[in-house]
Amino acid sequence: MEIPEVKRVSAIKKDYLARLAKEKKRPDGRSADEYRPIKIERNIIKKAEGSARVKIGNTMVLAGIKLEVGEPYPDSPEEGAMTTSAELPPLASPEFEPGPPTPDAIELARVVDRGIRESKYIPFDKLCIEPGEKVWIVFIDLHVLDYDGNLFDACSLAASAALQNTIIPNERYGLGENKPLPVGSPPVSCTFVKYENFIVVDPCLEEEQIAQARFTVALDKNGDIRAMQKGLRGSFTIDEIKNIIKRAQIHAKKIRKLLGEGNGKENQKS
Amino acid sequence: MLIKDGIRIDGRKPDELRPIKIEAGVLYRADGSCYLEWGGNKIMAAVYGPREALPRHIQDPTKALVNARYSMASFSVEERKRPGPDRRSTEISKVTSEALESVIFTELFPRTTIDICIEVLDAEAGTRCAGITAAAVALADAGIPMRDIPVACAAGKVDGVVVLDLTSEEDKEGEADLPVAIAPRTEEILLLQMDGHLTYKEFEEALELAIKGCKQVAKLQRQALLNKYKTFEVK
Repeated sequence: MEIPEVKRVSAIKKDYLARLAKEKKRPDGRSADEYRPIKIERNIIKKAEGSARVKIGNTMVLAGIKLEVGEPYPDSPEEGAMTTSAELPPLASPEFEPGPPTPDAIELARVVDRGIRESKYIPFDKLCIEPGEKVWIVFIDLHVLDYDGNLFDACSLAASAALQNTIIPNERYGLGENKPLPVGSPPVSCTFVKYENFIVVDPCLEEEQIAQARFTVALDKNGDIRAMQKGLRGSFTIDEIKNIIKRAQIHAKKIRKLLGEGNGKENQKS
Repeated sequence: MLIKDGIRIDGRKPDELRPIKIEAGVLYRADGSCYLEWGGNKIMAAVYGPREALPRHIQDPTKALVNARYSMASFSVEERKRPGPDRRSTEISKVTSEALESVIFTELFPRTTIDICIEVLDAEAGTRCAGITAAAVALADAGIPMRDIPVACAAGKVDGVVVLDLTSEEDKEGEADLPVAIAPRTEEILLLQMDGHLTYKEFEEALELAIKGCKQVAKLQRQALLNKYKTFEVK
C-alpha cells in the first residue's frame, strides 16, 4: 500500500525535530505546554443555523450547523438526534484529495461527535417535536480550510462555538418562532502527540508528520473526562497517559474561558 | 413584483452590483488563495501547482492540466446539502476549468496539473460567477502566468427588465439568467450560459450589461492583489 504523502517526511527534517526534542524544544519555539494563538469568530454563515470559524495558529476550520426535522431513532422516540461529519477538502492542504470521506476524516468527525454527545452538551430531550414522529436532527458539518496540524481541537472548538449561536429554525417548518438552541456546558478537547519521547500539546503539522502516537481527551467543566482517543501506531505508558490528562485539565480551563457558557443568543435575551 | 419604480427588491438599480469584498492570499498552505464576499455569497478559493500530475497516465506532455473543483459546503444553503459532488457542481467544475484554462499559459508546464479549489461557504445566487472571480484572483496570487485575469458576472431579466447580478429571488422568479465570464482586457468570452427566455435584442442588452459588470469587478480583483503587496512597500 502506498503511504499518503502527508506521512512521508524527509530524513533531514526528522533529524532536526529529533535534535530539538532532546533539548525539549519545538520547531516553532513553543514550550511543550503551549497552545498556538486561538481565535474564535461566530455567526459568519447566514444560511447556516449556527456557525463558527476557529483558528489555531495557521490551522483554520469552519463549523456550520443545520437543523432538519426528521424521525427519531426507535430506541429514543422522544429525543432529537445529531450527526457530525468532517470534510478535508483539497483546498486545505496539498495532500488532501477529493472524494468520499477518508478514514482520517471519519475518525476526526467521530471524536468530535463523542466529546459533544458524552458531555450532554445538546439536551436531546428538548429537541422533540412530536414523540415517535418528529424530532430535530442537528447536523454538525466541519469544513477544514487550512491544515497546519491539530484538527481535533480546532474542529471540536468550532463545533462547540457554532452550537452556542445556533437557532432552531421553527419558522421554516411552520412550528412557530425561531428559538435559540439550548446548550449546556461545552466539552473542551486537548490533543497531544508524542515523538522522540517528547509529549507536546497542540501539535503543528511538522510535529504531526513525525508523531508516533496521538492522544485526545475531551473534558467537561469539572475537569472530568468525557471522551478520549488514542491514535497512530506508537504507544504511551500508563504514567504518560495520566500525565497527559492532568496537563489537559489545565489547558481546558483556559480554553473554556474563550467559549463561555450556554447559548450566546439566550444570554442576550435574559 | 420584483421591480418597483425602477428599484429592485434589495434597493438596487437595474445596472447595480451587490457589494463585493475581495481579499488575496488568505490561506497558509495554498500556493495562492482568495476570499470573496459577493452579496450573501462567501467563497474561499485555493490554487495548488503547477505540480506533478498523478497518476502518470493523466499527464499531458505538451501542457499543464487545469482542474477546477467547485464544491458547496453542506451548510451553505437553506436545506442542508449532502456533502460531495452532485451533477450541478460537476458541470460548474467543468465549465469553470475550461474558462480559466483559456487564459493560462499551460504550455509552460508540461506534465503538471494546476488544481483550483472553490469552496462555497455561504450561498446566495451567482455562486459560479463569484467562484470564477475568486479562483482568478487565487491563480494570480499563486503566480500562475496568465494572459489576463478572468472575471465573471451575471445579467438576467426580471419583470421584463434586463438587470445585472441577480439575487436569489430574482433568479427564482425572474425570466432569464445569463452568467458570463470574460478576459476583461480583450473582452473575449470565456464562459457563457443561459437559461430562461430572452429575445435577441434583450440578449444583446444583457450581454453588454454583464460585460460592464465584469469590468467593475475586474477593478476590485486588481485592487485586492495590489493590497496584498502593500505590506512589501518600502517606507
